[in-house]
Amino acid sequence: MENSVSSRSLKSRLRRMSDTNLLLIITIVVFIFMYAMAVVFLGSGFLKPQNFFNILNENASLIILSCGMSLVMITGGIDISVGQLTSLVCMSCAVFLDMKGGDVGTSMCIALLIGLAFGVVQGYLVAYLEIQPFIVSLAGLFFAKGMTTIVNATQFNVENQQFVAMKNTRITVPFMGSYNKKGVYIPAYIEIGVIVAIAVVILLFILLRWTRLGRNFYAVGGNAQSARLLGINVKRTKFMAHLLCSLLAAIGGYVYFMHVGSGSPSHADGAEMNAIASSIIGGTMLTGGVGNIVGTFFGVLSLSTIKNIVSSLGLDEAWWTNITVAFMLCLFLLVQSLVLRRKAGAKK
Amino acid sequence: MTSNSLKKKSFVQKLVAITRMQLFIPVAALLVLVVFNLIADPSFFAIKLGQNSAGQPVFSGYLITILDYGSELAILAIGMTLVTSASGGQDISVGAAIAIAGSVILKVLCGNESRPDHMKAPIIVAFLVACVVAMIFGAFNGALVAFFKIQPMVATLILFTAGRSIAAWINNNELPIISDESFSYFGTFIPGCPIPTPVFIAAACMVVIFLVLKFTNLGLYSQSVGINPSSSRLNGINPAVVKLITYVILGLCVAVVGLIKVSRISTINYSVVAKDIEMDAILAVALGGNALSGGKFSMPASIMGAYIIQFLTTTLYKFNVNSSALPAYKAVVVIILVVLSAPVVREKFNQLKKSRTSGKTVKEAA
Repeated sequence: MENSVSSRSLKSRLRRMSDTNLLLIITIVVFIFMYAMAVVFLGSGFLKPQNFFNILNENASLIILSCGMSLVMITGGIDISVGQLTSLVCMSCAVFLDMKGGDVGTSMCIALLIGLAFGVVQGYLVAYLEIQPFIVSLAGLFFAKGMTTIVNATQFNVENQQFVAMKNTRITVPFMGSYNKKGVYIPAYIEIGVIVAIAVVILLFILLRWTRLGRNFYAVGGNAQSARLLGINVKRTKFMAHLLCSLLAAIGGYVYFMHVGSGSPSHADGAEMNAIASSIIGGTMLTGGVGNIVGTFFGVLSLSTIKNIVSSLGLDEAWWTNITVAFMLCLFLLVQSLVLRRKAGAKK
Repeated sequence: MTSNSLKKKSFVQKLVAITRMQLFIPVAALLVLVVFNLIADPSFFAIKLGQNSAGQPVFSGYLITILDYGSELAILAIGMTLVTSASGGQDISVGAAIAIAGSVILKVLCGNESRPDHMKAPIIVAFLVACVVAMIFGAFNGALVAFFKIQPMVATLILFTAGRSIAAWINNNELPIISDESFSYFGTFIPGCPIPTPVFIAAACMVVIFLVLKFTNLGLYSQSVGINPSSSRLNGINPAVVKLITYVILGLCVAVVGLIKVSRISTINYSVVAKDIEMDAILAVALGGNALSGGKFSMPASIMGAYIIQFLTTTLYKFNVNSSALPAYKAVVVIILVVLSAPVVREKFNQLKKSRTSGKTVKEAA
């Protein structure tokens, strides 16, 4: 008796579930499914915690970029300049550290300043001059691309000692290590970037859930007109979203820089596509108003798990990764389209 | 006295009217570029009749380069204008789609050999196959936009990500080379004709699209769908089908450009061919004064925009700007253009004008 009541309430709860939660659950299920597939097909290597941590290490910057992307997408915009911005930040910091003999603290400030500059200009153009975000950020993408080669056109490794020390810092995770064949304990580790990424995820989660600005993002993305009638400053909210996105891209860029330790014009090529794909897989709606930072986090993990599977299957020619990412993107866009249709149907 | 002031006013009014014309932006941009080049180095405009490596007479010079490479862009701009008009967004996958079309052409012509002695099929067959493939990909984009109502730029993002990989996959990542000379006519010169062939191809495309716009309702329908899809639906137009058709037409344009691109070098480089061309194509549409949010369009203005973009690119090249640094300059141009054409800015501009003229009348009254 009690059981049936609870099951019924579960059913009705599922039916009434908001799009945000529904898409979040889809994402988490997809991730678990992917990971299970990886374990089944590729052996127990994927069961080792270190394998999971490696995914985090590899994708710390992507997590940060995707979080910024989700913010903008929740307000109904998009920002495709983040990938090249990452590249520009890498190159500028690398040149500053290696050729100008700068110190690490100042290089971080430079990264943030670049992000701030991009954020202010793009945010102003999108929010106050009401230009399509895609066009603005396309111009931003090309500007950053050109600027990167103007700063320096070739790839080089940074040999600044302070920086290399920071780059090589490993944080061991207790109790998660594994024994190798000889029975020697190898501790599991993560890089500094992962800590930054997780901090960003937590901060943004709090921002979106419990602060006025965060709720305004959803309101503006859901319906700008009614948000304005509710007394929300729509323009400022959009401006803030783009500003935050560019700042996060700069932070993500620095994390990427710490991971690779070099500057190159081809760094983070196509990262914007991965960020958009992760956000969409994570349940952020392109139409705005729906999205979740936790979902985005799992979106990145799903995407990189798929990439790992593809490359471990021996299809490691670069094109297969691109095709799978595109396929995933397509699939989730269709799912979103269906969710929207369901919503429209429910209204009728 | 009064008649004089009246004349003056009408002159000012005429000026204002001219600035409101759609062709004003492209023509003004062209004038700025021409004047800049005249001052910087008049030899920019020199055209020489030389001989190419095969001993055929060919024109050479910066202007010819602009005409030559601008033609590819003009063909793309035709399709992009229609897509922009009907769907209120742009297709960013054209570069990737060109890679696919080029790859298909090479696959048909070369079969599985990487350096065949003679072509396996007539060029026209290869071209038609490429057209069909490009149109299918166009239809894929169009279906996502029209039936699943995904924003055009995001829908085309899928092909943008995967396109070059698909192109490489079609030929197993090999780079087939065609040694037959007749294949290179499409991208370079037909023997005996000193004008580059792409100019003729572009001219043919322009004539076709002019006739299509003149004798069919395509232009009218795509504009009405772009302005208001639901009211055009009430008027008996199917917005989804119109959008789909514009994307398929863009696919056709892409196939033509793909033929020119592979014909130029008789082979293909998947990651470099038509790189960043989507930016130029969108820029051409914007420079033509067409609203990027859809609706009314002017085809001649877009085509002119395409040649002006190429003018800008060539000018930058001439001043030894590194090819990978080019995007930064173009981005600045885009930003200036979109800011100038933003409705908010225009409104403020008009208000400023009004307050100025009203101030004048007050003064005159006093």
